[in-house]
Amino acid sequence: MNFKLKSTVAAGVLLATAGGAWADCGIESGSVRILSNDFAALHAVAEWAEKCASATVEVTKNQTEEHKNVQVPALTTNPASYTVAVVATNSIVPLLNDDLIRPLDEYVAKWGDQLLDSQKIVVDGKIMAIAFMANAQHLQYREDILSANGIAVPTSYEDMFAAAEMLREAGVMETPISSNFMPGWNLAAEFVNMYLGTGNDFFEPGSAKLAIDNADGLLVLENMKRMVDYMSADWVTYDSNSTKPVWEAGEVALTIAWGSRAGAMIDESGPAPDIAKATSFAAAPTIGDNTIPSAALWWDGFTIAKNISDEDAEASFRAMMNGLSPEMMAENLDAAVWLIDGYEPTKAASGVIADLQAGARPYPMLPYMGLLHTALGDNLAEFLQGKESAEQALADVTAAYTTAATEAGFLN
Amino acid sequence: MPHKTFMAFIWPSLLAMILFIALPILSVGYQSLFIEHEQILIETETCGPFGCTAEVSVDSAAMADLRAEKPAGRYNGLGTYTNASHLAFDEITEIFATSDNFTEIRTRIMNLPFYKALIFTLAYTFIVTPLVIILGFIIALVVNSIPRFLKGPVIFFSLLPMIVTPLVGSLVLFWMIDSRGIIGAALQALFSDPSLSLKASPALTWVTLFVYGVWHSAPFAFVVFYAGLQTVPQDTLESAMVDGASRWERVRFVTIPYLMPLATFIALMQLMDNFRVFEPIIGFSAAASATSLSYLIYNDLRAAESPLFGSAAATSMLTIIGVIILLLPVLRRNWREFNRKT
Amino acid sequence: MSSLAKRKPPSLVMLSTVFVLFWLVVAAFPFLWTMWGSFKVEGDFFSRADWMNAITGPVTQRQHGSAFTLAGYEGAWIQQEFWRSVVNTAIVTLFVVIISLTLGTLGGYALARSGFKYTFWLLMAALVFRAMPHVTLVSGYLLPFFQLNIWGFLPTTIIVLVAINQPFTLWMLHSFFLSIPKDLDEAAMVDGCTRFQAFRLAIIPVMWPGVITTGLFSFLLAYNDFTVTSMLLTQENATMIPKINSFLGSTQEEGKVMYAVAAVVSAIVPLFALILFFQRQIVSGLTAGAVKG
Repeated sequence: MNFKLKSTVAAGVLLATAGGAWADCGIESGSVRILSNDFAALHAVAEWAEKCASATVEVTKNQTEEHKNVQVPALTTNPASYTVAVVATNSIVPLLNDDLIRPLDEYVAKWGDQLLDSQKIVVDGKIMAIAFMANAQHLQYREDILSANGIAVPTSYEDMFAAAEMLREAGVMETPISSNFMPGWNLAAEFVNMYLGTGNDFFEPGSAKLAIDNADGLLVLENMKRMVDYMSADWVTYDSNSTKPVWEAGEVALTIAWGSRAGAMIDESGPAPDIAKATSFAAAPTIGDNTIPSAALWWDGFTIAKNISDEDAEASFRAMMNGLSPEMMAENLDAAVWLIDGYEPTKAASGVIADLQAGARPYPMLPYMGLLHTALGDNLAEFLQGKESAEQALADVTAAYTTAATEAGFLN
Repeated sequence: MPHKTFMAFIWPSLLAMILFIALPILSVGYQSLFIEHEQILIETETCGPFGCTAEVSVDSAAMADLRAEKPAGRYNGLGTYTNASHLAFDEITEIFATSDNFTEIRTRIMNLPFYKALIFTLAYTFIVTPLVIILGFIIALVVNSIPRFLKGPVIFFSLLPMIVTPLVGSLVLFWMIDSRGIIGAALQALFSDPSLSLKASPALTWVTLFVYGVWHSAPFAFVVFYAGLQTVPQDTLESAMVDGASRWERVRFVTIPYLMPLATFIALMQLMDNFRVFEPIIGFSAAASATSLSYLIYNDLRAAESPLFGSAAATSMLTIIGVIILLLPVLRRNWREFNRKT
Repeated sequence: MSSLAKRKPPSLVMLSTVFVLFWLVVAAFPFLWTMWGSFKVEGDFFSRADWMNAITGPVTQRQHGSAFTLAGYEGAWIQQEFWRSVVNTAIVTLFVVIISLTLGTLGGYALARSGFKYTFWLLMAALVFRAMPHVTLVSGYLLPFFQLNIWGFLPTTIIVLVAINQPFTLWMLHSFFLSIPKDLDEAAMVDGCTRFQAFRLAIIPVMWPGVITTGLFSFLLAYNDFTVTSMLLTQENATMIPKINSFLGSTQEEGKVMYAVAAVVSAIVPLFALILFFQRQIVSGLTAGAVKG
């Protein structure tokens, strides 16, 4: 784990005052065209990159939810429609597969002094992306309710179920747990979290052959089923957006939630100030006898397109360096868990930092992981609804994955 | 009309359809016969904020050579159509060979993704379409009989559900049917069942989707029928009255036969639209209990990081074939009518 | 008609009145609810504690000092510049309607007047074209559009929407032209007009009811479309529906949801005006047109 949080805290305050001349990023000319997802932290980065615009430097951005669908065709053309594609652990994979992004070593050497080694995403010895923020799921709990009932903050799922059982028996809450269990991407992400927590791997080493049909896979499914027992029957529609009002209504005391949403949860100007005040975060629980938090670590970062002129690539990299400047971070401290040098974690980041320190594992950056994610999302709901056995659910996942991976050329 | 004049009139429309629909359909059909080249994988070390691991990645240079040689991929014939995610021929054969009774066969077939989606799609199509026609017809009859000065506002409010955007559906209606929302809470009170949740139970989710479908499409049928009612020949109605026909008999034997062609038109459009049902499933987060063919396509194209074009193409072609089969009776009728006319 | 209505038994009048009222509530209630709620804050409109909060607005009271607030509208229109999307939508819908109708009238007229067998097969092909799921079509457009460097612009989206809607337009207008007596244009041709002159002089003056109805459906398609516009337009060219979706974002931010609600109401209001204005034409157009199915 080369995550450099502690060592960089001291340097941060110094850097925050160092900036000054925004408009001048030192770029002579070029065109910077940014494609990214659409949320607050990325808005901040793109806005700061836009400050590099001048008479000779053009900076445009397109921040849309559809970025994942647009990026591959947009970067395939020559010249590419965008020079910068902002990606995450999973969405960089198609760009790597199709060879659409360029190595950044040269630019990092010239203009990347501000970058930490941990920010460099190195694939096969070449820097292919620059990460700037981290995200993971964590345990979000109601401090007031737990302490009023004499419950310690759960560190394992067993603790969590015991706590839920106590709250239920004490008549405090009928369904004390919630989690993003909506079938599709969300449900699959929960399976991935817990399976990573078992320490096991999804695939046979070095191949695309699925390896989840084992005791750990069954353990994860049984664990998910137990979660459902303590969740409202509406769990089939729970994603980050629909669990928030449930939390704010005080119907739930323990939830597995995304770190990126933590800031909004403790915002005391929100609709439920008392609950926001009593909300705290801890590392995601461990599963079974394992000691790894059941949370996949994700990063968000940027890549530079291959099919563009070197001039544009250079301008893009330097504009993005301004986008990741300490001044940007100082203005948007709460927007994300930044990986930028000098970051000082806030309360909203405490859960993700706890995950990191307890050794949570990263989301696998494998070319066929997306296929497995889809297969998991489509085939686990029936088991959780009690319509089929865990073995059958794993068999369905395997069948769906195998069909997809065969079509994509990963299996024969 | 001579062929040349005909072409002169129709070419812009034809060109637009050929470029943006016919050619894509052909290319989708072609694509559905191919699968991706065998991926050349290499083991590399990948480092990031969370440490270094040995990961497998695609040898993109080698793959680029393969693709330059054969851009469409490997020929797979109808393999994609018959694989486990589509028609699942092998699985079905096995199910019939190893199951003990009909119930087991049914459950196991329903567990195959394509058939699961197909069942919901067909149920939706065949429940919503007739209900839309019947409800639209009744509304039209009733609105036609109210005082003239009220007709304007009533027609206007009746059209509202048709202009609902999928977003209103997903945002407002989804909230209203929540067990704590106004409709959900009202239903709980009505059935005095505090655990009733439209979102949780598969059966209720289906009902919710059906009700939404009828609500959304009924105004279309209403407008068409209402317009048709204005042209029902009054003398026929009056002579029926003179013959002593009751109100119901007049509707049954004069109005309904007269409006039959309109009902066909509505049925044609509705069968097609309902067979492609998709937006309500996303809007109501109903994918746990209900998936449709269009949802499967969406899933292949958008849910994954790398879209499965071949699989989506195969499902799309199957959707088109499904629509053609549904429309065959209507097409035959039109063909006979066309021949009679010419 | 009124003579018939007068002779109705009271029980039937009661029944149909109750039915109309019931239908109106079912049809209009979600919109009135949304409109009312757009003046509240998220904590009220989406309150889990008690749905009555959406009516009374205690959180709105606490946060804004009054039970009504324009915060949603202000955020959407001023802060997020929703008016840009309104302009884009206006451009897209205007051109989609004009081009669709121009192509559709010419084509529909030809299909209605030519007696050859291929017209039947063309109409059938149009139906098959309509069966193609839009998601598949749009995903197929992306790469060629990027290669031609026409992705992201309004004209591209306009042409795509016109093409996708052409089968429906052709069908409606074809059956409408069938209902216009052939003698009308043939008489003009006997008088020495060419086919096009006959179309211009004899048909155009009487075709408006059908064209307006078809135009309304083209309008609604372009106005409501999400699948095509969300994938083919850049952020600054976004039309209203993708813009509203971007308020919801990949992760909802506190308060922004109400921008979406306010924008949804803003997006529906022009439709109110439009339908009121064209109500008579819509109905009369359908009367003349679709009867022949």
